[in-house]
Amino acid sequence: MTPDVRNTQAEHTLEFPGGYTRSTGPVIGRFLTELRDGRLVGVRTAAGRTLVPPLEYDPETGDAVTGEFVEVGPAGTVESWAWVSSPHAGHPLDRPFAWALIRLDGADTALVHAVDAGDAKAMRPGMRVRPRWRAERAGHVTDIESFVPDVTMIISKVRTEYRVKPGLSLARFLEGVAEGVLVGCRCGSCGKVYVPYRLSCPECGVAVTEEVTLPDTGTVTTFAINNLPDPRAPEVPFVSAYILLDGADIPLIALVGGVPAHEVRQGMRVRAVWVPEEERTPSMSNIKWFAPTGEPDVEL
Amino acid sequence: MRQVAVVAFAQTRHSADDEGLSEPEMILPVLDEVRERTGLRRFGFTCSGSCDYLAGAPFSFVSALDALGAWPPISESHVEMDAAWALYEAWVRLQHGDVDSALVYGFGKSSQGDLREIMTLQLDPYYLAPLGLDQVSFAALQAHAAGADRAALDGIVWRSRRDGRANPYALDLPDPEGEEPEVGPLRPYDIAPITDGAAAVVLAAGDLAWELCERPAWISGIAHRIEPHYLGMRDLARSASAADAARAAGVGKGHVDVAELHAQFSHEEIILREALELPDGTAVNPSGGPLAANPVMATGLIRIGEAARRILDGTAGRTVAHAASGPCLQHNLVTVMEGQS
Repeated sequence: MTPDVRNTQAEHTLEFPGGYTRSTGPVIGRFLTELRDGRLVGVRTAAGRTLVPPLEYDPETGDAVTGEFVEVGPAGTVESWAWVSSPHAGHPLDRPFAWALIRLDGADTALVHAVDAGDAKAMRPGMRVRPRWRAERAGHVTDIESFVPDVTMIISKVRTEYRVKPGLSLARFLEGVAEGVLVGCRCGSCGKVYVPYRLSCPECGVAVTEEVTLPDTGTVTTFAINNLPDPRAPEVPFVSAYILLDGADIPLIALVGGVPAHEVRQGMRVRAVWVPEEERTPSMSNIKWFAPTGEPDVEL
Repeated sequence: MRQVAVVAFAQTRHSADDEGLSEPEMILPVLDEVRERTGLRRFGFTCSGSCDYLAGAPFSFVSALDALGAWPPISESHVEMDAAWALYEAWVRLQHGDVDSALVYGFGKSSQGDLREIMTLQLDPYYLAPLGLDQVSFAALQAHAAGADRAALDGIVWRSRRDGRANPYALDLPDPEGEEPEVGPLRPYDIAPITDGAAAVVLAAGDLAWELCERPAWISGIAHRIEPHYLGMRDLARSASAADAARAAGVGKGHVDVAELHAQFSHEEIILREALELPDGTAVNPSGGPLAANPVMATGLIRIGEAARRILDGTAGRTVAHAASGPCLQHNLVTVMEGQS
């Protein structure tokens, strides 16, 4: 059989083993030498502009630059950028990054380098960046691994631990909850029924003495659909609602479940869903949630 | 100034893939075509433009001479640039007055390597190349600096691809789609396609031009200007060198029927239109331009050829061709051509 030579293909690599040796000259050499020491310098032109990185000539006039070098940066301002979402093998970072034109403080021209900003949304004109130096520096423009955004935000962690007792009234209420009963109270002065149980009437400021037991049925007066997870909620989204227990004057806040979140409405009749008796504790987690009873809605 | 005209132009039917032709095999048909059209077998001067890095072989432009017939010895030169600059060198050579004809050709097979990486090698070896800054990335920096409007860019790509489909030499590319950036803000379709191809132009001076061709495309102005190489030393949103070259070539001295611009990224067309101060009535890249076919090192010469063709065939009176070289439109060559009755 005759081989199909027309479709023959060979791999071919062009490489200069070890790389080219290039002399830097006094201007570029000075920049790279300072870079190795972790410093950034620019060169002054006769007109007084500071070129960073330094060139041998003034790009405006073509005249030779002066011999005056000045330290610039290390911080700088991003003037423009391009976002690389899929880095190539030759790129300085192996994760998405930005190429940017960075004007270092004290410079009149912009340096081109990479900015490790994590996300394209983090990039904005005027963004302040600083170099992230390599630990081992050789006098190469890649001695700066990349620039990184200035610190403009921090995460501060807060965590303290407490030992909490319920107080007399809440303790009495939770005793009831442990037994599957909702304990409230009636004010002897204004006649209002409060739940949970309390020792004084917030309206009248008098001590309350009459304890009442309320049914575990009620009506949703208002509610919120929550889309952020909460350790106390069974699922996302979940509904937290004010439920006016039958016979009470003040609503109780609780979860509503057993119904799609978007079907919960004001005036909906609900009943507490208790956990099995053997699992009960003196805690509101005894009530899994309030679920619709199926009764007609109530006009509020 | 000696009057010099484009009297013939030919280009390959460009290809998105390597069709298995060597460079001389790709060049020979276009050389034959301009030889046939002009009746000339020998030229006073020959100049070519190409880049050895495209083939990854040193002196590959020398082996391309196999398509030429270089014995007995001919007067020949080469630029390691787009062949538009070879045409400029030939134009200068014709100004000497001792020869009357010149053959110019350019070629490139950019499908053979990774063009993005190859173009990194044109950057300075101290500050830019070591970063691995690739061609699409530096173009994206310019697109962002120019603040190009997305709808305007999309319009340029749609028009270029539609015109390219009507041009038998350009690639048959579908309408652009997709929003995923290649290097943000550039999308894959904002970038000229990888293309293999070649082109040839014959220049003739004075009376010879009238002998070879019914309606020569007389070069009334030609100039090139360059800016600093380092990107951070320039205002990337504008092309000062293209504007200077356009003024020196006299673009604004008359109406412009057609402008062929060497815009390899959609935003470059916006920058160049502004720099060349092209009036609204000018048809820009009716060939589809580089966004429809980009045989690197021939693309700029093709702009001159396409702009000249419209004078040669009598459909335009005055045209402008632009060629670019270097990162982010660093170096620009502008040619103005006119027909004479």
